[in-house]
Amino acid sequence: MVNSGDPAKKPRLSLARLRSLLKVLTGSFRDLVPIIVVIAFFQIVVLREPFPDLERVLVGLVFVVVGLSLFVQGLEIGLFPLGEGMARAFARKGNLAALLGFAFCLGFGTTVAEPALIAVSAKAAEIAGAAGAIADHPDSRDSYATQLRLTVAVSVGAALVLGVFRILKGWPIHYLIIGGYVLVEILTAFAPEEIVGIAYDSGGVTTSTITVPLVTALGIGLASAIRGRSPLLDGFGLIAFASLTPMIFVLIFGMVV
Amino acid sequence: MVELLEHMFWATLGTLRDIAPIAVILLGFQVLVLRQRVSNLGRLSGGFVYVVIGLTLFLVGLEEALFPIGETMAEQLTSSRMVGDRQGAPDWRDYGWVYAFAAAIGFATTVAEPALIAVSLKAEEISGGSLSGFGLRIAVAVGVALGVALGTFRIVTGTPLPLYIVAGYVIVIVQTTRTVKTIVPLAYDSGGVTTSTVTVPVVTALGLGLASTIPGRNPLIDGFGLIAFASLFPIMSVMGYAMLIARLKSGKS
Repeated sequence: MVNSGDPAKKPRLSLARLRSLLKVLTGSFRDLVPIIVVIAFFQIVVLREPFPDLERVLVGLVFVVVGLSLFVQGLEIGLFPLGEGMARAFARKGNLAALLGFAFCLGFGTTVAEPALIAVSAKAAEIAGAAGAIADHPDSRDSYATQLRLTVAVSVGAALVLGVFRILKGWPIHYLIIGGYVLVEILTAFAPEEIVGIAYDSGGVTTSTITVPLVTALGIGLASAIRGRSPLLDGFGLIAFASLTPMIFVLIFGMVV
Repeated sequence: MVELLEHMFWATLGTLRDIAPIAVILLGFQVLVLRQRVSNLGRLSGGFVYVVIGLTLFLVGLEEALFPIGETMAEQLTSSRMVGDRQGAPDWRDYGWVYAFAAAIGFATTVAEPALIAVSLKAEEISGGSLSGFGLRIAVAVGVALGVALGTFRIVTGTPLPLYIVAGYVIVIVQTTRTVKTIVPLAYDSGGVTTSTVTVPVVTALGLGLASTIPGRNPLIDGFGLIAFASLFPIMSVMGYAMLIARLKSGKS
């Protein structure tokens, strides 16, 4: 240690930082071990094929470990405090309409441009075209895909509005979610068969890696700022709404279009 | 090297495009509605930069190293070389390695899912450490493993998707009435969290590969549904995990 004799604060601080960075790096590596083991096992033992381009794979893995570590650090110093800070500011302000407007915009804005959703709605338009539900023509497929995408984005916006309202009121989450499930089941019976698979999958694709931490922090921030709400009981659950409503909206979309 | 740099460039643009609407909404509401100074603005923006760079490196690395192999693997495992070239209706017993791969890759990709890491970090912090973030992630990963394996079984047998999902909902409802109350919102959330950056591409490739090689399946229709399984089963496994922990604790005292 070159700096060990130096009483100045700076080197000690950076050492502590280095140590915490090392801890995060090893944590990220540990998270990736299962993928490496699974892929190596199936490649070598089951498919009995050599690794293509091993060097490239190793470079890629270093990227993944460093990237995941930076992401986790960024969560702690950026996304989490920001989400919770805004939640507290809204709670202090006490403007319900502004809070619900924010929730809707956040849900709609983050979903409408989501690449996974764009891919899924293009696929769905292809199915609808092949099944004869719409004219099998690029224009009608495009407009179908866009409408579907907007439907899902509106449904996620609505989900966050409902979810935030639930936190404010302190309603128990299971009545709403189970009610939603029952609705999904009823709609499934009436919706065209081709849309069902897409509708069920659409719940999973809407919540991206940046949206999840932000929305989670928003919920927890609200629940801890409002008296009488428990962060654990009331703070979580926004993501659950955002995965449920797209199913309902897409099933209805399939029945209407 | 040039290729890698080019890939990095496009990936950074992609992440920035993902984050742009979020930044606009946050800024808009901050400036127009909340109208107060943000404390620690420098630190917060630093965090954002970390998230953008981290996510970009993560995705580029995955696309360089793991996705190509994972996707080829999904195709090879479902090809006739692995499952034998039978005539007529497929026999679900020929697909053992497919189920094993589905379970293993479902588990492995979920453990590395950044969104799940975020939620489990928060859950551990909020519960004051009484809930282990790592335990939660393992519980979710086990759920995804079971779900994806069962989902591939469904594609092989061609049984209707709503049957499984409706049965799953019934189990979730029964569990909800019996499990520890504090875990319920977290369990419901974990369903939506599991399926993002890492899991979706590999699992989708598996579903489409299966549906296009098995006679009588239509990739456009039967290829869908795996994500639904991967979002439903973690809800059950997380509530199951909480029930198990509660039972162990009451047994000890």
